Amino acid sequence: MSISLKNRSLISISDYTPEEICHVLDIAEDFEKNPHQNLLNGRIIASLFFEPSTRTRLSFETAIQLLGGNVIGFSSTSGTSVQKGESLADTITMVASYADLIVMRNPIDGSARLASEVSKVPIINAGDGSNQHPTQCMLDLYSIRKTQGTLENLEITLVGDLKYGRTVHSLVEAMSHFNAKFNLVSPVELKLPRTVKQHIKDAHLEYEQFTELEEVIPHSDIIYMTRVQRERFPDPLEYEKVKNSYVLRNAMLANAKPNCRVLHPLPRVNEIHVDVDSNPKAYYFQQAQNGVYARQALIAAILGLK
Amino acid sequence: MEKRKELIVSAIENGTVIDHIPADKVFQVVKILGLDKASTPVYLGINVESKKYGTKGFIKVSDKYFEPEALNKIALVAPTASIIEIKGFEVVRKQTVQIPERIEHIVKCFNPNCVTNKEHDIPTKFRVKHVDGKLRLVCHYCEKYTSEENIEFI
Repeated sequence: MSISLKNRSLISISDYTPEEICHVLDIAEDFEKNPHQNLLNGRIIASLFFEPSTRTRLSFETAIQLLGGNVIGFSSTSGTSVQKGESLADTITMVASYADLIVMRNPIDGSARLASEVSKVPIINAGDGSNQHPTQCMLDLYSIRKTQGTLENLEITLVGDLKYGRTVHSLVEAMSHFNAKFNLVSPVELKLPRTVKQHIKDAHLEYEQFTELEEVIPHSDIIYMTRVQRERFPDPLEYEKVKNSYVLRNAMLANAKPNCRVLHPLPRVNEIHVDVDSNPKAYYFQQAQNGVYARQALIAAILGLK
Repeated sequence: MEKRKELIVSAIENGTVIDHIPADKVFQVVKILGLDKASTPVYLGINVESKKYGTKGFIKVSDKYFEPEALNKIALVAPTASIIEIKGFEVVRKQTVQIPERIEHIVKCFNPNCVTNKEHDIPTKFRVKHVDGKLRLVCHYCEKYTSEENIEFI
């Protein structure tokens, strides 16, 4: 049976089945080979960013333009009716009457789900507070499949802030469909929440928790780095003690598997030393570039054009 | 003992008795069932002696019967409650309550940054999940968990 995602909002990565996710990745692969496809032919996509974002907004808008579409919207709420106290439901209802699809980022948890319930056009969630960022997850999955040739049976090492990092939570949930083994490397203060570990347990998969990064590098297929932020620690001394344990340096990759790739949702601060950048195993910038193809694929699939 | 109770609160001719409510949860049950806005007589009992539980609470609602979905909502605060339907002073049906799979409109999301706490008039919706033997309400919007001890009624 052919898969159709027409008019299907993407709010949380779990809204799509593993087969539907793979379908999007297949379409993204096609866009990587041939990014300029005038499928939108002047259609209007709304890009509503209620809080600032660099990569996500630019890659969405790039994706729309590569598809021959037009963008309306805002990149912050300053000067919009939101500042005058308009409700989210009213803003969305209005914009849905102008555009064929709405891409939305909003600092409030659950705002994207609410938007999808009031909008007559589909919504793509470009991040709702600390909750979900499913298009980041889609590009992470695309990057993993592209570099490893498969999503199945991989050893995924997640490093840094596993407690608050929403990209990590979505990735764990998504990769739990593909028989992954997880290595969870974090300070004790920032361990993966029990509710997220439950996805691994529900899928009867293995995970191990570590506080040191070095020992897991030699058997990792993917090393997914995230930033450990000072403000997450109630005691600044605790941060000082652990901050260097989660910095990846080039020398540490000497015994990594040949297929191993380093990913990071970016922005990076100091958790990946710049000496890693020239290592062929560094993949974070290509990963960000893959975001354009993954978002092209989602827009085309949700509008029923692929 | 039974006789004295009857002196305190009269038996109802028709309606519903909600019995075996934990003594401190009676007002929450009143709220969940919307009995604060009832138009027929409602009798409450609090700290009433109970052979089974030591003390208990009960509510007698005249001339009103409830849908099972409405009654199951009270299972969140009063899982021991029994529901007795009365017709012509006779018990016609007796049943227990069961925690429903979905909870809508009655519980506040514990996450202060949830859209249901930030925007006006967004009814809350939760999926009920049991994690390690404990009740968890998963918010339909923000996907965060509200645990049993943090349940607050709207």
